[in-house]
Amino acid sequence: MKLIADHISKFFGEKRVLKNITFELNSGQCLAVVGPNGSGKTTLLRILSALIPPSSGKVQYFDGQILLSKENIFTHTGFLGPYLELYDDLTAEENLNFFSRMRGLKDDRSTWWNLMDRVGLGGREEDAVKTYSSGMKQRLKYVFALMHQPEILFVDEPRSNLDMQGIQIVYELLREQKSRGMLLIATNEEQDLAFADFRVAVHD
Amino acid sequence: MIKAYYIFRKDLLQEFKTRFAMNAILLFAVVTLSAVSFAIGTFTARQEVLSALLWIILFFSSMSGLSHIFVKEEEAKTADTLKLVASASAIFLGKFLFNIVLLFLLEIIVVPLFIALMNFNVQNYLLLFFTLFIGSFGLAGGGTMVAAIISKSGAKGALFTVLSFPILLPVLVSGISATKIASQEQGWMTAYSELQTLFAFSVVIITASILLFDFVWNE
Ligand SMILES: Nc1ncnc2c1ncn2[C@@H]1O[C@H](COP(=O)(O)OP(=O)(O)OP(=O)(O)O)[C@@H](O)[C@H]1O
Ligand SMILES: [Mg+2]
Repeated sequence: MKLIADHISKFFGEKRVLKNITFELNSGQCLAVVGPNGSGKTTLLRILSALIPPSSGKVQYFDGQILLSKENIFTHTGFLGPYLELYDDLTAEENLNFFSRMRGLKDDRSTWWNLMDRVGLGGREEDAVKTYSSGMKQRLKYVFALMHQPEILFVDEPRSNLDMQGIQIVYELLREQKSRGMLLIATNEEQDLAFADFRVAVHD
Repeated sequence: MIKAYYIFRKDLLQEFKTRFAMNAILLFAVVTLSAVSFAIGTFTARQEVLSALLWIILFFSSMSGLSHIFVKEEEAKTADTLKLVASASAIFLGKFLFNIVLLFLLEIIVVPLFIALMNFNVQNYLLLFFTLFIGSFGLAGGGTMVAAIISKSGAKGALFTVLSFPILLPVLVSGISATKIASQEQGWMTAYSELQTLFAFSVVIITASILLFDFVWNE
């Protein structure tokens, strides 16, 4: 798998947020997007993941020689970030089963059961997500983002709301992701940057 | 399109737990229905007026609930999560399915109540049923589309009804005439052109919505 970002720019109205971002990323590599608050890290990840279109420039994914279409990108990517919430009224199990079906995976617990244990949420499957603490929600989002073993993982603010133990678990998951495929993170934490093979800096 | 069905089931499950849309719609319908029946009181209104009243009650109560379907995804910040796992057309169809079920439920409750409370004489029940059935598709199609549009804008509640009204006017007008005919005569022939308009408009609005939804949903 290969990701090519070609001169990406983004405007919100008159305001330019991103200017000519260009890079190439291959499987086994990690890219960290860095920059101060409000500089456009989140915007860049949303563009790369095809959630929003760039104002100009191109994002392309290649599986070998084959260019992936937008629909296909979603089946190969996982994404977690503060604006990607799960359904509060539903239980973790109902959420995960729904997303499992939507991703065309097996219609049972097998896709996410182990992950729930790994992030320390085993036994809490039947509780409504609204009863979760913010750190637990963040852990649950990792289950959502990884349940289909995506080749490309986007993580916006990997450590958000996590305690020491949570961070250790997440780091292990991110390491595995990097050895399985591609990892793109938006962060300003020194520790997170240890994963990065490359950095893209976005400015105000 | 199995994904549309999964989305529909998810929304049904959420609705079952919160009863948000159902409460909004039914409360509105029951309150207006009682207000109207008190206002009209003992003397019986003409059939034309009653037909119009029935549709107005249905229109405004459905508008109070249909918009919820997208607004709740935007407000709970789950819209993007959903985007990651479903195409725009699957999302539209799933939401449309949910809204139409909601409308049918509303009609099952409101129409018999209306007939009983308002002394509404119906000569041709089958025609009334048919009119409501086709009309619901138009209302739900237009309503779902407008719901998607306003979920992106700042002002939610009032805007929905205001925007939906012109779009759904043809449904209302032909629905009202067909209902009037159903209350006055046994035959079908006179209602034929109304039903045709109703049907054609519903098809147009649903097709247009599916085609245009992609642009609305992806900003
Ligand atoms: N939908 C939007 N409409 C208008 N402006 C937006 C929108 N999304 C982001 N922006 C603007 O784009 C800029 C970059 O925002 P972004 O969220 O990408 O920053 P960030 O680098 O992720 O910040 P943080 O470190 O706080 O997470 C900000 O100035 C923000 O106001
Ligand atoms: Mg951000």
